[in-house]
Amino acid sequence: MAPAVLWTLAFFVAPFTIMAAMSLASLEGRELVWAISFDNYHKLFTQPFLTKAIWVSLQITLTVTVISVLLAYPLAWIIAFRVPKRWQRLVLLLSILPFWTSYVVRSYSWLLVMSREGVINNSMLSLGLISEPLQMASSRLATVTGFVHFFVMLLTLTIFANLVQLSPNYRRAAVDLGASSWQAFRHVILPLTMPGIMVGAFLTFVLCIGDYITPQILGGNNELTVPQVIMMQLGRRGDFPLASAMSLVLMGLVTLAYIATARWLRLDRI
Amino acid sequence: MRMIQWFYLAVAFTFIYLPVASLVLFSLKDGNLPLPPFEGPTLRWYQDVLSDSQLMAALGHSLLVAVSSSLVACTLGFLAAYGLARHVLPGSVFMRGLLIAPMTVSYLIVGLGLLIVFNQLGIGVSLWAAGIGHVVINLPLCFAIIYASMGAQQQNAEHAARDLGANEGRVITLVTIPMLAPAILAAFFLAMTLSWDEFVIAFLLTRFEVTLPVEIWSLLRSGLSSKTNAIGSLVFLGSVTVVLLLEIFLFGRRRA
Repeated sequence: MAPAVLWTLAFFVAPFTIMAAMSLASLEGRELVWAISFDNYHKLFTQPFLTKAIWVSLQITLTVTVISVLLAYPLAWIIAFRVPKRWQRLVLLLSILPFWTSYVVRSYSWLLVMSREGVINNSMLSLGLISEPLQMASSRLATVTGFVHFFVMLLTLTIFANLVQLSPNYRRAAVDLGASSWQAFRHVILPLTMPGIMVGAFLTFVLCIGDYITPQILGGNNELTVPQVIMMQLGRRGDFPLASAMSLVLMGLVTLAYIATARWLRLDRI
Repeated sequence: MRMIQWFYLAVAFTFIYLPVASLVLFSLKDGNLPLPPFEGPTLRWYQDVLSDSQLMAALGHSLLVAVSSSLVACTLGFLAAYGLARHVLPGSVFMRGLLIAPMTVSYLIVGLGLLIVFNQLGIGVSLWAAGIGHVVINLPLCFAIIYASMGAQQQNAEHAARDLGANEGRVITLVTIPMLAPAILAAFFLAMTLSWDEFVIAFLLTRFEVTLPVEIWSLLRSGLSSKTNAIGSLVFLGSVTVVLLLEIFLFGRRRA
């Protein structure tokens, strides 16, 4: 056990502490000055592009989380209760197979579909549905689509696992007692699957808000998310203190999401 | 109602497969731009990929980092799980929390933290650094998976072995590890997949020798190209083959 604890201390806790300390330092010219100042955090509210990045990240992440849950739930439901038992495992496996595309390549593939001369524009033009190609790539729409694609697969898996655990007796009991199938779903099945949904939603939130690849490939440069701003500080400006402060903000947002969903999450059970 | 459900399933599958299908289809196109209309098919982009020494080197680096970092993560995770499950220690709740903690943090932050440390110490970044980062993110998973599968059943078998005179080392190698093999293998393969596909840590912590996702990233800078489609399709087909083999041989057998 000692080696694992030492490893975590040396390569996670220590770097994290140094990063937190660095968020209080500042950059003068190219020179790093260790200090205790809250300038970097002050900048988050005074520099419009930083404030905007936080908003953009939150908006995209919340949109993605809600849409992904709404799309994945019916899919998991159909696979769990409508697909014949012997095909179930195959259909589930097929519905998450593209999960194993490399993450970078998956975002890139959406460019093929959504670019100006891409698959969607090309087929809609030849079907005569539109007369001008639609501008889809390099936009928030593209970023959200790329994210939703990934998380629908993830959530289908987690929600499916939840649904098949439910005994069909709950639903039968509700229907016997006079509930319509909608009422049985709304008042019995949905509350029972809520913990599973929330675990999935929390996971989606955490992975989505911290992701750099998808918005960088699909989002264009009109609006930047927090991870994009962090990478920009590292690359172009070498401003590690500001990047550190932004990283801690990112962690703060994840903590808020945790607090919001904590009553359904039982991470302490692990 | 039935009809709507099958229709929904069809639409969902179209959405899920649209990008992958485009990726694979246009990797076979006889032309530079992987966009409609389709011409071909040709395998020349695959030939191009296989003869690209930089891509092949990156593939080798990725395999190396994935296998070795997963081995380390699994070993450390197993030892920690064994220690915490078998011995009553002061502060074991705290240590469990500490070991799980990296799971709650974005990869970007793990990578940035390590980059800052390496910079401050004046150590250059390398595949080693990326490997260390991958152990940090995979250790909590390996620990959690192996810890969760340790039950009273193994403990009884271990007691029996000890009563019969086995020393600690023999108990671990002859009783504990074989009994936990499914969990350890699952943890190992999960860690390997995550490391193999991990981008941001590898991007921050490597420079001259890079892993495959980082190399693909630098290909993307030149825009859409059929060659990128080919390498993407190859990685996809490779992973799918591995997943199917695992499903059939490793996890299929356990169910049977």
